[in-house]
Amino acid sequence: MKTGSEQKPGWKNLPEGDVLEAGTAEKFETGDWRSEKPTWHPERCIHCLFCWVYCPDSSILVKDGKMTGIDYKHCKGCGICARECPVKPEKAITMGPERE
Amino acid sequence: MRQINPDVVAAYPITPATEIVMIFAQFVADGLVDTQYVAVESEHSAMSACVGASAAGGRVMTGTSSQGLALMYEILPIASALRLPIVMCDVNRALSGPINIHCDHSDTMAARDFGWIQIFSENSQEAYDSLIQAIRIAEDPRVHLPTMVTTDGFIISHCLDKIEILEDGEVPNFIGKERKAAASVLDINKPVSIGSLDLQDYYFEHRLPVAEAMRGAKKVILEVADEFAKKFGRKYGLFEEYKTADAEYIAVALGSTCGTAKAVVDELRNKGIKAGLLKIRVFRPFPAEEIAGVLSKAKAVAVLDRSDSWSSQGGQVFTEIRSAMFELKARPKIINYIYGLGGREVTLDHIRSVYDALQKADQQPMLQYLGVRE
Repeated sequence: MKTGSEQKPGWKNLPEGDVLEAGTAEKFETGDWRSEKPTWHPERCIHCLFCWVYCPDSSILVKDGKMTGIDYKHCKGCGICARECPVKPEKAITMGPERE
Repeated sequence: MRQINPDVVAAYPITPATEIVMIFAQFVADGLVDTQYVAVESEHSAMSACVGASAAGGRVMTGTSSQGLALMYEILPIASALRLPIVMCDVNRALSGPINIHCDHSDTMAARDFGWIQIFSENSQEAYDSLIQAIRIAEDPRVHLPTMVTTDGFIISHCLDKIEILEDGEVPNFIGKERKAAASVLDINKPVSIGSLDLQDYYFEHRLPVAEAMRGAKKVILEVADEFAKKFGRKYGLFEEYKTADAEYIAVALGSTCGTAKAVVDELRNKGIKAGLLKIRVFRPFPAEEIAGVLSKAKAVAVLDRSDSWSSQGGQVFTEIRSAMFELKARPKIINYIYGLGGREVTLDHIRSVYDALQKADQQPMLQYLGVRE
């Protein structure tokens, strides 16, 4: 019975002990798990990068020391970035439902 | 463990394995070993730290017992799937409940399906010799499996016993001064991911090599035992045959009970009764064909289990042996005794009653409990 996995290497051709190349998490897109979505408001952002420090999925995009956006392919919508954002009175990252 | 001088020991003390890691921690404090000792907050963390240290290429050891081993269960199959040669001193103690600190094999038997090699010891000498051999077995590239060497709680762990030990220099000469670099060694120039999420498409292919390594381990265990015997004079196998060559009535046991059983075998032999004992040393991998070959010549066999599998079909050793004997053309009668739970004493009289029953084996039920009050 064909299941689609026949073309992949068999156990005799795999390295010992589930060892893969580094950085495979990048290829595994976890963004579709999200039920809540962070929205970045660049006009309020002070580029303190607290969100970048706290993000558990390395989904805060930064260039030359400035935040440039959110990687929605990997962001799971945990909301830590919005929680830690220190900007007042309105935060520079806010959470809302994924489907609007 | 001092003579082995591992790179890392991560452990959490638990009776009756406490002294192993406590005395070893003193060796570390006194500078007698080069080991990094990681005092963790639980056995779950101890085994997790062992997995990390072993994946990084270290020679890693730990020790535990009963509830401590149970708290490691979640991590034990990770160590085998990642092919990490961690070596554990496991002291057999009854699983709770009710809470008990004394010997039976329920903790270790519950860990039999996690891909660890399991070696049992009759006494302190065997435990010492097997622990040194375990490093060689686990680290052999044909094996690369974690290994536990077990002793019976209190009966062995807390009895003073005179043993022969090797010279300090002989141990590193036998096991190799360092573990040879594994494929999974952490190297900053060749970064790798270890233990990634592994779903329907690869998990099976990553588990099957554990079975294959376990099959191959029998040969390596025997090779290491042969070399040990040539160098140091003490012989070991997958199991020990005690007067089984012409035996009509054979008991099968593992651990400290075998000493008691040997005394009864001698007594019966003096009376002209052809009694024998098969002492299992290696329970994982299970030497099924070899054991079936020995037992095939007997009239009746009694398997002594110091734990119950709760299958209502007998203990773990019994079901393995009964299965192993299925292919035999002429099968001897085989009965099972569950005995010694929670450290319940097993005496010469108990073992005598087993051999008495073997001589009337046809009248025996398949499963009996030895030394329990009705």
